[in-house]
Amino acid sequence: MSDYILQMKNISKSFPGVKALDHVCLNVRPGTVHALMGENGAGKSTLMKCLFGIYKKDEGQVIFNDEEVDIKDTNDALHRGIAMVHQELQPIPDRSIAENIFCGRYPMKNIGPVQIVDHARMYKETEELLKEVNLDFNPKVKLGTLSVSQMQSVEIAKAVSVNAKIVIMDEPTSSLTENEVEGLFDIINKLRSKGVSIIYISHKMEEILKISDEVTIMRDGTYVGTWPANELTTDLIIQRMVGRELTNRFPPRFNEPGEVVLKVENFTSIDPRSFRDVTFELKKGEILGIGGLVGAQRTELMEGLFGVRHIEKGTVTYKGETIKIHHPRDAIKKGIALLTEDRRATGIFGVLSISDNVGVASLDKYIDYGVVLNNKKLESLVKDNIDKMSIKTPSTKTQIQSLSGGNQQKVIIARWLANDPEILILDEPTRGIDVGAKYEIYTIIADLAKQGKSIIMISSEMPELIGMSDRIMVMCEGRVTGFVDSKTTTQEEIMSLATKYM
Amino acid sequence: MEFNKKKVTDFLSNNAIVILLVLLVLFVGFTRKGFFSGPNYSNIITNVTPRFIIALGVSGCLITKGTDLSAGRMVGFGGVIACTLLQRPDYTAKFFENLPQMPLVVVLLIVMLITAFFGLLNGCVVAYLKVPPFLATLGMQTIVYGINLVYSGADPIGGLRSDFTGVATNAIFTVGKFSFKWLFLIAIAAGLIFWFLYNKTRYGKYMYAIGGNENAAEVSGVNVNRSKLKIYTLAGLMYGLAGFLLAAKSGGASVNLGLGYELEAIAACTIGGVSTNGGVGKVSGILLGVLVFELLKTSMQYLRIDTSYQFIVQGIVIIVAVALDIRKYTAKK
Repeated sequence: MSDYILQMKNISKSFPGVKALDHVCLNVRPGTVHALMGENGAGKSTLMKCLFGIYKKDEGQVIFNDEEVDIKDTNDALHRGIAMVHQELQPIPDRSIAENIFCGRYPMKNIGPVQIVDHARMYKETEELLKEVNLDFNPKVKLGTLSVSQMQSVEIAKAVSVNAKIVIMDEPTSSLTENEVEGLFDIINKLRSKGVSIIYISHKMEEILKISDEVTIMRDGTYVGTWPANELTTDLIIQRMVGRELTNRFPPRFNEPGEVVLKVENFTSIDPRSFRDVTFELKKGEILGIGGLVGAQRTELMEGLFGVRHIEKGTVTYKGETIKIHHPRDAIKKGIALLTEDRRATGIFGVLSISDNVGVASLDKYIDYGVVLNNKKLESLVKDNIDKMSIKTPSTKTQIQSLSGGNQQKVIIARWLANDPEILILDEPTRGIDVGAKYEIYTIIADLAKQGKSIIMISSEMPELIGMSDRIMVMCEGRVTGFVDSKTTTQEEIMSLATKYM
Repeated sequence: MEFNKKKVTDFLSNNAIVILLVLLVLFVGFTRKGFFSGPNYSNIITNVTPRFIIALGVSGCLITKGTDLSAGRMVGFGGVIACTLLQRPDYTAKFFENLPQMPLVVVLLIVMLITAFFGLLNGCVVAYLKVPPFLATLGMQTIVYGINLVYSGADPIGGLRSDFTGVATNAIFTVGKFSFKWLFLIAIAAGLIFWFLYNKTRYGKYMYAIGGNENAAEVSGVNVNRSKLKIYTLAGLMYGLAGFLLAAKSGGASVNLGLGYELEAIAACTIGGVSTNGGVGKVSGILLGVLVFELLKTSMQYLRIDTSYQFIVQGIVIIVAVALDIRKYTAKK
């Protein structure tokens, strides 16, 4: 019996033109939480996909339970006791919780010669599993009615149901609020005490240091090292991840908030469960942070302002003039831009080139003779932006989907800057982006504010919210619960405002 | 070295159908008499032109992740209208007995306006009623067929004016045994206009954006509904043109004109690299696709394969083409 439940030795994996993993090692002890860290593109997900049977490793050994294994596919992995909670959950919203958990391996019973699904047993087992993850739901409830964090708990219950010895969690908290993260940690602790090992991938330092026993760090597809979590600090992790020292997580800001440019009053959604009576002001050159838990209707509020959602009442005054916004086009014409929360769903045009992705919102400016697009002018705009924001891409013709998350985000920021907006609404601008790229995006935001642009930034990361905004508006259950000055506020103060009505 | 091998296999699998069909054409060409000859080229191109025009129309729908199953029936209706308006004055069984002689261009415009109107209806149903394009245009297919039956009384229309049929038969110039017809000029013009639209205008950029990610397009300020309306209307316009030319080529029309042409057009687009996943497709690819599909049919004729079997082969090619296209996108995950 060795000290480890899982040993991955000298794993290498190449894709056309890239060596994604280069002799990487990972040793996980039984009953521990093992954090796997690295910038985006460091190879964490690739390594986990090799373990879970989604990719085939080119070379190296996997020793699981003292036995060398060759995992053929995900089914094989599950049978051996390796489960994965995916970064993007893939539920079947219109089917019950029980069916989602047992999908593909329903308990069966025989009626004469015919095999049918044993529903009674499935519901009973689901009920027990849900108790394990602190969920109190009827197993027959449609999965789609649950919140994101509850769905994630269901995913974990699924992992428990296959008696997993190792559960891989790929960024499990990326869409959870701090409260829900606590709930997740309770479940993780429960699993750990039962001897289950967890491989935990996340970008969030505070979480890692809090929950994990050991930390393995990767950089550019290579193994940097493994350390006990209690010997590490945020700065040490970042240093080892990026291979350089990052003294400041946020760039210095020199913006000076001026006169009020935007006034929103009594803004109320047509959906009674969404935002209500929201009133706030935004000044020229100001960065206004919006804090709150997931479900506080921050995104919905901004989409309402941008004309994606409908409002029941409320007025918007822009530079002293009352304006009506029924459609994103109206907002864009007034000089408002919205960087949406879900980059893949509403941000990028995956199969289109960088040029097309940048140009799409401002084509009206590049028209000659009423119809002909001036592709040359458009191209020079794109090239300027690539230089200015140091977007890493082989060419302007490259499909945006082949870029990293951080570079994709910069391309979309470039799309909006091409319109020269007065107000930029940024919804979770650094979600799923690695540390180095985050800093670059912060720098871009700080620059824009200094140029006199007004910025609204929704963020679920408390340090980011406090570190990057001038003022913070906190919301809870669709209502504004307070404004705080980010120079004097604390995480605790914001948290108590964010949970005021709960 | 290994990298190059990968590149070669990628190229082969991405262009499998085109490569196979080129091999087939070469085989037929060198084993059968008359395949590589001026008249046959001329004949193939004559068949290609209306199909190319239909494929151009459908391509916009496909690029925006839609489709248009009413294409063939609209072509048929367009052809029938054109024939009823362009019969010889001395023809005994005239459809409209006292119809004055109308200039060709006027009739062409009438035909195109009528089919464009049905295209506009398609667009409205798809864009505003949010009916899935597959079902919306399937319904329109039946409606247009019914209207055509009512209009023509299911009688074939013949006795066409020679200036009308001349559009498809008269040569502008002749090189050896290859004659360059008016028809070709119209197809070239249509191709150029579409190339311009797709590459040099907002219309094209918005079309690709909608196909690439409709939600993102909406948030970027693209008027998605209006763009779709334009795309389906333009498609209708092209079916009218194609119907007009097809009727001129056939020297007459009946309600069955254009039957099944929508499938051929969709297949040609897919073979030519228009992705059913949306956001991808070039005019040059569409031309290649139509050409390849037509060559397949001609090759089978030269090989004396029974027409019944030809249908089976065509169906298989369509399914394989789409399967290969989808494979490109699933492999990336």
